[in-house]
Amino acid sequence: MNIIVCLKQILDPEIPVRDFRVDSDKKEATRGSANMVTNIFCENALETALQLREKTGGKITALIFGSVESAEDSLRKALAMKADQAMMVINDGHPHPDPLAVAQVLAAAIRKTGEFDLVMVGRESGDWGVGQTGGLIAEELGIPCVSFVDQIESGADGLIVKRQTDTGWEKAGARLPLVVTVTNNEFNVPRIPKTRDIMMSSRQPITKLTLDEIGVNAGEVRAGGSYYQVVDLSIPVKDVNCEFVSGDTLDEKVGNLAKRIMDIAQAL
Amino acid sequence: MSNVVVCLFSASGYDRAAQGVAGAGRRLADSLGAKMHIVAIGPSNPDFNSQAAAVADSVIVADQAELSEYQPEICLEALKQLCRPLEPRAVILSNDTWSQELAPRLAHRLGGSAAGDCLDLTVVDGSIRIKRSVYGGKAVATIELKRSPAVAWVRSRAFDPAALAASTGEIKHASAEIKPDDRTRIVERKSETSGEARLEDAKLIISGGRGLGGPEPFKDLQEVAAMLGGQVGASRAACDSGWCPPSWQIGQTGKKVAPGLYLAVAIQGASQHIAGMSDSKVVAAVNIDPDAPIFKHCKFGIVEDYKKVIPLLKEKLAAMK
Ligand SMILES: Cc1cc2nc3c(=O)[nH]c(=O)nc-3n(C[C@H](O)[C@H](O)[C@H](O)COP(=O)(O)OP(=O)(O)OC[C@H]3O[C@@H](n4cnc5c(N)ncnc54)[C@H](O)[C@@H]3O)c2cc1C
Repeated sequence: MNIIVCLKQILDPEIPVRDFRVDSDKKEATRGSANMVTNIFCENALETALQLREKTGGKITALIFGSVESAEDSLRKALAMKADQAMMVINDGHPHPDPLAVAQVLAAAIRKTGEFDLVMVGRESGDWGVGQTGGLIAEELGIPCVSFVDQIESGADGLIVKRQTDTGWEKAGARLPLVVTVTNNEFNVPRIPKTRDIMMSSRQPITKLTLDEIGVNAGEVRAGGSYYQVVDLSIPVKDVNCEFVSGDTLDEKVGNLAKRIMDIAQAL
Repeated sequence: MSNVVVCLFSASGYDRAAQGVAGAGRRLADSLGAKMHIVAIGPSNPDFNSQAAAVADSVIVADQAELSEYQPEICLEALKQLCRPLEPRAVILSNDTWSQELAPRLAHRLGGSAAGDCLDLTVVDGSIRIKRSVYGGKAVATIELKRSPAVAWVRSRAFDPAALAASTGEIKHASAEIKPDDRTRIVERKSETSGEARLEDAKLIISGGRGLGGPEPFKDLQEVAAMLGGQVGASRAACDSGWCPPSWQIGQTGKKVAPGLYLAVAIQGASQHIAGMSDSKVVAAVNIDPDAPIFKHCKFGIVEDYKKVIPLLKEKLAAMK
């Protein structure tokens, strides 16, 4: 089975609110001293792929569309986690192309890899949280898609994918080729690569392609796409003053806490 | 006159989420000077149809056997066929799993642009703009959808329910031409909610985080919640640890809730968590760390070890009953 895992590199989403700034002209977050990291859901996808490969065999290609300066780090990490090969489409244009442009680039690159059976992406990214890449790739490739998947097994004529729903889960039988978007659960927490594998990954080759090489409308992608446009980005202000419950003893404090909770509960 | 189409699943009934989506659709239709139609797919549900007809200009009901249960590829194809003849300027969906799964693909098939988790929809010089939270809840973006139709899945409970229309809309039955598609087939479904009502509709929620240290304390939280007529939620860290089902997760990538009281126990208050509960009327917290960011969102709180607080709280609440 040929598995393609699409990765996105983002500004560390865990930076504290007090350190977060935006550039309202460029309409993106300012990097400051924050790290660039692989989007967590993409790593959940890679972890799910690695576990599937243990059961079914196959080849995992890590694919990224990103800046040539930093996106390689995400691919090196994927190789260190034991993806079989890595491929980059260099983004030398708009830093955040719209979701259709991204999906077109990734779909074109996926076709370029040759045979593919399973395309895996994160359910959304920790920066813009758009949540459309998987679905749009499926449409571009003309294949089905199952979203919010957290477990994959091999099935009678394809795969059995388990996905989260609002109230629990659903299991789907799926034939290949297929796109899945992956969400987190307790079983796909990304593995920490071994030091030896990190060292080895730095020597592995990475296929690099330009937008002009993959057969998309490169000019449009570089300009940011024609699907949507961010017209404003700002940080909301919210000021709440927390009142800590008073009391000389723990008993008194919790008594006051209980009172406040009960008052609200009864008024609901 | 142009059209705004609201796509709903009849199986969920005309619940608060559906009402909010219809409300969003109506508001947008009014600002566009457009009509608002509801497309309902799923099993036959006459109550749903009449409730929907009371707020829409028309209700297009597709209750054919193939659509009686949710199957992604089939529902997607059906929605495309049902929307297309209306040549919609906008298509509005809810933010449930199924709608989120279908919306971007529906936009692609209709030649439009999609955006999700919308908190507001506006029309500026004839263009449709949406507002959504980004960067894990740290910022808010306004995005202009350049293609038509604008396909938006909305944070349904952030919108007021649609008001009754002056005259009841016509209920039309339609059927999509569906070829069998077994490339994917949902074969099993399971529900694992923490209580009766949906977490999204809960009036009171007690959530537990990584600071609980294991699955057992969730049972205590459930007991306290039950005493107050509330439900239990969790942070991602608690779900990822396997202490509770993923469907309990609240946040940017979990449930978006807005209860009257949200009590966060041993939850740090990361922006991604806040993104799912900041619409709560009152937020309170139990945390051992006075500097935990959660307190920045709280009306009241207590800085203590939850292990001391929760048993005592249970006692006190029981005594008040
Ligand atoms: C893309 C992305 C999406 C995400 N989506 C979500 C989401 O939807 N929902 C979500 O919740 N998170 C989400 N996260 C994760 C989020 O960033 C945080 O990592 C997570 O919310 C932390 O969970 P926590 O507060 O339970 O754990 P921690 O950060 O570990 O905090 C534990 C808290 O418990 C307190 N504590 C410890 N012991 C005790 C005790 N004995 N008594 C009282 N208090 C105690 C500590 O002081 C601390 O404040 C997302 C992250 C990313 C990158």
